[in-house]
Amino acid sequence: MCLGIPGELVGDVEEHTDLAMVDVSGVRRRINMGLLADDHLKPGDWVLVHVGFALSKISESEAKAVMDMLHGLGQAYTDEIDALKESDIS
Amino acid sequence: MRFVDEFRDADAARALAARIAARCEPGRRYKFMEVCGGHTHTIYKHGIEDYLPEAVTLVHGPGCPVCVIPMGRVDDAVHIARQPDVIMTSFGDMMRVPGGAATFLDAKAQGADIRMVYSPLDALKIARENPDRRVVFMAIGFETTAPSTAVTVLRAAEEGIDNFSVFCNHVLIIPAVKAILDSPDLRLDGFIGPGHVSTIIGCRPYEFIARDYRQPFVVAGFEPLDILHAVDLLLGQLAEGRGEVENQYARVVPWEGNRIAMEVIGTVMRVRPHFEWRGLGFISHSALEMAEEYAAFDAERIFDIPGTRIADPMACQCGEVLKGVLKPWECKVFGTACTPETPIGTCMVSSEGACAAYYNFGRFSRERVREATRA
Ligand code: SF4
Repeated sequence: MCLGIPGELVGDVEEHTDLAMVDVSGVRRRINMGLLADDHLKPGDWVLVHVGFALSKISESEAKAVMDMLHGLGQAYTDEIDALKESDIS
Repeated sequence: MRFVDEFRDADAARALAARIAARCEPGRRYKFMEVCGGHTHTIYKHGIEDYLPEAVTLVHGPGCPVCVIPMGRVDDAVHIARQPDVIMTSFGDMMRVPGGAATFLDAKAQGADIRMVYSPLDALKIARENPDRRVVFMAIGFETTAPSTAVTVLRAAEEGIDNFSVFCNHVLIIPAVKAILDSPDLRLDGFIGPGHVSTIIGCRPYEFIARDYRQPFVVAGFEPLDILHAVDLLLGQLAEGRGEVENQYARVVPWEGNRIAMEVIGTVMRVRPHFEWRGLGFISHSALEMAEEYAAFDAERIFDIPGTRIADPMACQCGEVLKGVLKPWECKVFGTACTPETPIGTCMVSSEGACAAYYNFGRFSRERVREATRA
């Protein structure tokens, strides 16, 4: 559960809910961006996602590196992505 | 030492391994604790210890949030989950954590409505959709996860959702590290600091470790190279007689942490006077509870909770493992009575737990363990 998974913002941050559509390794889900309000995120930015919240803004190259590492984790990573697929935040 | 060819950047790994070896003073031994379960996972997955000289040992700390939940809290949560109108929600990692009487999985099989969620916001959605049920979120995790719970509660308050509450088990990293520093059984030479917790709390809270205990503390990322790099930085500090906080993971961790996250935690939660940690016992000011202002969302106030206290099973040595005093395979029941399918202790449950990490990765097959035990 402590994994941080990189995701790319593919939509704008909705003003009231702080939610934005994020592409996390091909899975598109709404993720809460409220903790990074100071970063003024926009589509194309990369973030590290943890339990439905963006924790940290990261560079695209960092995102790729983290992704490579996560793929190597096997089960722990698959479990996390499966959980994310079930998620339906609104 | 093993070959490093399987690393993404084998040259860099080779250079780091060589520098680490060169930095070790002859005859001196070094013991570093990686606080975070994510690091433990990487260390076993990649067999990092095999790249380190004999003189350097890595010991695992208490940074796996699932591992530190005491049995009594699980029983209390199961008690709540068994109320007829309750839907209990929790991260998947919690499902197999043994209580004194049952796990969530057992209780679910016996009819309790317990659902796995990815995010506390999913739990809130369940509450929204089931106004006639009371939905409880079993909140676990360090400062990494606490802000998510806090934001969810703020959201519930804003929307006036009155059938949602949190059974708060969020724990704090600093008191745990301090308890380890003050524990007489373990002498450490430095820390590999947690990556994701530090994105929230920043690096400043660790400064007392450098100041009062004169130990180096390097916040590190989760890739194998990050861990080697952290070891290199720790040895460098020791060689120069320094004890400082360094941020190896600056590409993700801001030195000052996340202001907004710390504020929402401060708004919704308060530090508890005491909290029991599995294997470590009671630690003062080491966990969070819901603030008075958010009592309406506090499962501990809403439900009549037994406040169960159960001693860890005799066979279980999770406490020693969580403090880094024992290696997982030194526990008497490791791999025999205690496996990921039938865990006795919590360190075998989450993939971030030291025992599960040892058990799951082929490098630590029973053969290897036997070899290692003989050596
Ligand atoms: S093997 Fe099981 S009982 Fe022993 S320390 Fe690990 S999790 Fe605890």
